[in-house]
This record gives sequence, structure tokens and C-alpha cells, in this order.
Amino acid sequence: MVAVILIMSALNPTRFMKLSNFQSMAFQMPELGLLSLAMMITMLSGGINLSIISSANLSGIITAIILIKYATPKAGSLTVVPFILTAIAAGFAVSIVIGLANGLLIARVGVSPILATLGMMTFVNGLTIVTTGGYTLSGFPPSIAFIGNGVIAGFPMPLLIFIACSLLLSLVLNRMALGFDIYMLGSNWLATLFSGVNNAAVLIKTYLISGLLAGAASLIMISRFNSAKSGYGEGYLLITILAAVLGGTSTTGGFGKVSGLVIALIILQIISSGLNLMGVSAFFTLSMWGLIIILVMAANFISVKYQQKKRKTFKRV
Amino acid sequence: MRRFLKYHESYVLIVIVVLAIAITSINKQFFTLENLFDLLKSYSFLGILAVGVLIVLVSGGIDISFTAMTSVAEYVMAIYIINLKSNILIAFLISILVGIALGAFNATLIHFLRIPTIITTIATLNIYYGLLSFFSGGKWIYNLPDWFRNFSVIEVIKLVNREGIGYGLSIVTLIWIFVILLAFFILRYTTLGRSIYAMGGNRISAQRVGLNILRLHFFVYCFMGLLSGIAAVVHALLVMNVAPNAIVGKELDVIAAVVLGGANLAGGAGSLLGTIFGVILVALMSNGITLMRVSSLWYNVFIGLIIMVSVSMSAHQLKIKQRQRAVIDVE
Repeated sequence: MVAVILIMSALNPTRFMKLSNFQSMAFQMPELGLLSLAMMITMLSGGINLSIISSANLSGIITAIILIKYATPKAGSLTVVPFILTAIAAGFAVSIVIGLANGLLIARVGVSPILATLGMMTFVNGLTIVTTGGYTLSGFPPSIAFIGNGVIAGFPMPLLIFIACSLLLSLVLNRMALGFDIYMLGSNWLATLFSGVNNAAVLIKTYLISGLLAGAASLIMISRFNSAKSGYGEGYLLITILAAVLGGTSTTGGFGKVSGLVIALIILQIISSGLNLMGVSAFFTLSMWGLIIILVMAANFISVKYQQKKRKTFKRV
Repeated sequence: MRRFLKYHESYVLIVIVVLAIAITSINKQFFTLENLFDLLKSYSFLGILAVGVLIVLVSGGIDISFTAMTSVAEYVMAIYIINLKSNILIAFLISILVGIALGAFNATLIHFLRIPTIITTIATLNIYYGLLSFFSGGKWIYNLPDWFRNFSVIEVIKLVNREGIGYGLSIVTLIWIFVILLAFFILRYTTLGRSIYAMGGNRISAQRVGLNILRLHFFVYCFMGLLSGIAAVVHALLVMNVAPNAIVGKELDVIAAVVLGGANLAGGAGSLLGTIFGVILVALMSNGITLMRVSSLWYNVFIGLIIMVSVSMSAHQLKIKQRQRAVIDVE
């Protein structure tokens, strides 16, 4: 990570090391970060959740609809508060329902996660189109914009939300029984079952948390753009997988840490901001990302192989 | 009947028949040869790619990058045939060569670096597509040569409908059928094809049996590249223009069609018949929604629902089967 920062600041000596650049990066990262966390937790359990983006869009849209109907900017600032809270709660309710539905499909019906969430993604994406008719919803009260664009003591609000969520998630994963069960489930389904864990319940909770994180991401998304629409952030899906994998999350489940993910996110953000400042085309950045995944995976593979070799020679001695 | 219900394909067929009856009852236009030929033509592109995806899935991998391979092959092919004198065979040849080269790159990464296939191909999707958009500048190509245009309207079977307008089975469909037959032959009657199933079922045992995994990997991903190349020409024939961003983003549609047809994402299982049914199902759904005069806004809602229902059905079926087996174990 340090190497990446040095390279980028060497390439953009004047612009990269500015506070404003770091602040703009801090505004861009959280929504992607929250979505990546949502992706990561399902990957830990050995699954995947393709429906996070569309789920975030749907909860954003539901929140937006309630906001626009009842909490217009003209209404008095205090009378609006309960409506804003209901709107946000409704958004979260939607993400909870989607998360639960995913969990039930996967745990109770036994559909493979990639298929269940693929179907859910298409379905929910369809709902977002139906509810908005393809239009953009905008016109929120100013207090909503604060969530996306506000600054508290120099820290952007979205960043604070992201930090809070990642701390909470790492608390769940590392200090709670649920987290331990998720890791176990990801590495060996049968062994977990036989050690008395209710696999289905753990899976449902996993997808529930994933949905909740997507809901939090949606809140940041609609407030940052000050609008809601179907199809926001569609390109994020592959990047969330990339971030999780770069951060050391195993695609087959069982391994991965929140801290690794955060570091990977920061690296990705620095690279994309750096390339952006250099005026490199966004498409070129896209292919750079692809190249980076392969390089990281190759490095992983080679280091694992090297360690194995070492172990083998040790045994022979 | 009981044997019939054992196969996943039967369920897909039932869904297809029910859907077809429902659509026909609402709009008589659906059950005409004209509409059928039209469907077969416009879904050849998806169908060709689906065959490639099936083989990759059977081998125990997954390929997401095929849309990008198709785009690159299509663009290179278009530039070549516009600037140099050529014919349809050369167009196919160029496109296929590009596809195979890109597929070989995938295979190299997958085989030698042991990167999970989903990650490799997500990465190469971004690389191929990013570089294509970067170098092409996102420019569309319209001025395809006349002989290319003429080839696309060739019809193998010519018929005339009641209003006197001619229609027929397009040559494009014939290409799809050819691809299906080729894949059927390879999967069913060659050692290569059976080895692919073996590798998908259990890679380590396949290796111990003495199968050449390197060769299999290269075959599977290069074959996907080859079909991407063919699909690229077909796509250009169908839409008569070439855009760098026309195909990328449809990868999940194709994978969904194949998986609906019963291919197992974990590898080792899947049939061509199922894949064809899957493609037909997807075609029916989108065509049916149009013919039933439902607003296209609802399209994704229906597709999502049908995917969820059908995968739930097959998962439920599997669960029952496993339960039965467990009972026998106890006894």
C-alpha cells in the first residue's frame, strides 16, 4: 500500500499529495466499501451475493419515494424529521426483506448462492425499473444530503459511517459466535453441521447482514447523488468481488478479514484516483484493475507454492 | 412418466410448454412459423455463446470474459473486412483466431497460476474490454461491406406468409445448429469430451487417471474463444453495426440460460439439450412478454421470478433425492 502511494505521488507530484484529493477519495470510497463488505461476508460463508447492488438501489428508491412524498424541502425542518426517519427505516426494511429472501432460498430451499442471488438480482433490478419507470427521483430535504456530503471535524460523514460499519462487522466476525460459525461454515459445511451448528440459521443471518450493509450503502448513495435511480453503480458488482479477493478473502469461503478488505479498498481507490489525476482514460483504468487482480493472485500462488516447497524439504530432512 | 420426471430437462420443457400455451392463448401471433424462425434467428447469438459456456461449466470452471472476447473479435474482424478485400470465410477465420488467442490467454492463467476461474475471467473481462474501449475510443462501425450485408439475409428455407411477405429460416440459425452438432459430437463421442466431464466431476481423480489437464484446460477455454469468434460474426450479421460496448454486460444472461438448462456450476454435469431448452426458455420469456403486450419495464421482474422458481424447483428435487438416499443408508 505504501508503495502504491509513493508511486502515485511520484507520478503526480503536485496534485496527489493534497488534502483535497484525499478528501475526495474519502467521499468516493465508503459506498463501494460498504458494498464490498456486503459481498465479503457472503463469500466468507462460501457463497456469493450478486444482488447487493440492485438491493441497494431498491432500498434507495423506496427511501426516495417516501422522502419526496412527505418530506419536501419546503416543509418545516422539525416536522420533517419523523418522515425522514420512516423513509430510512423503510429503506432498511426493504434490504432486510431481500436479505431474508436470499437467505431462505439458499438455506432452506437449498439453491446455490450464485443462482439464488442472480435470480434475486434480476428480479429486484426489475422492481427498481418498475417503481421508477426508468426515471430519476430527486428533490430531498437538505438533511439527507448531509449524510452523503457532510463533514464532521474534518472527516466526511460517509467515511465515518463506513468506519462504524466495518468496525461493527469485524466485531461480529471476530468476537461473536456468529462470526466464528460463518468462518467454519465457509471452510467445511459438513463439519460445522456435525458440530451442532444450525447451518441454515447462520446462512440466513449472513445474508441478512449482507442485505443490511447494502441498505447502508444505499443511504450514502442516494444522499451523495441527491437522487435515486435504477441502475446506479451497476459497474460496482465486479469491483466488490475484486476488492474482497484482493483483500485476501477466499473465493471458496472460510478465510478473509475486514482489515484486508479495507486495505485493498484504499489501494484500489488510490490507483483509480491517481490514474484519474493523470488523465488516463477510465477504460484503461478498468483494464489495469484486471491486470492487478491477476498479478495479486499470481503473487499469492507463487508465495504459497514457495512455502509448500520449504515445508517439504523440511520434512525430508 | 416417473423416469421422465427424473431429468432436470423435463422440468424446463414443462415450463416451456406451459409458457408457450399461455402466450399463444393471449396472442395468436406467437405460434406461427414466422415468429419461430424469427426467434431462432435472433437468439442464435445467445445460443452459440451458451454452448461454449456449457462446456466451460461442465469442465468445472466458469468463464465471464466471453462477452469481452466476442467484442474484441467482432471489432478486429470489422476493421479487417472494411479495410482489406476479403470474404465471409476470412471474416470468420479472423474472428475465430482472435477468439482462440484470447481464450488461450485465459487458459494459460487458469492452468499455470491456478487462479480460480471466476476471478481470472472477471479480470480478463476487464482487461479485454478496457483495452478495446481504450484503443477504439468507443467508436461505432457502421460501414460494413455489401457482401457482408448480403450474406446476412440469406435464407435456407423460403416461405411466404398470408400477406405475401416472404420469410424463412436464416443462415444464422444454421450456424447455431452446426455449433450444437459439433459440441454434441465432441462431448458425446470423443475421449476429449468425456474427459471434460471427468475433470469437472473431480479434477484430482481425473489427474490420477492420467488425463492431461493442461490439454483439457486449453481445449475448453480455446473452444469458448472459438465460439466467441463465431458469435462475434453472427452478432455483426444480426445487428449490422459494431459497437465496443454492445455485448459486454450480457454475460449473466447467457450463464443464466445455461444454468436454467440444468448445468451444474460446480462442474461435471450439464447437457446440450438442457442448454438448448434454457436458451429457448429465455427467448420465450422475452418474446412472450412483448407479444403479451406487457410493458417492457416488467421484463426483468419476470425473468428474475422465473429463474428463482426454476432453480428452487430443481434444488428442491435434489433435496428429496438426497433424503431418499439417506433413508437407504440407515437401513
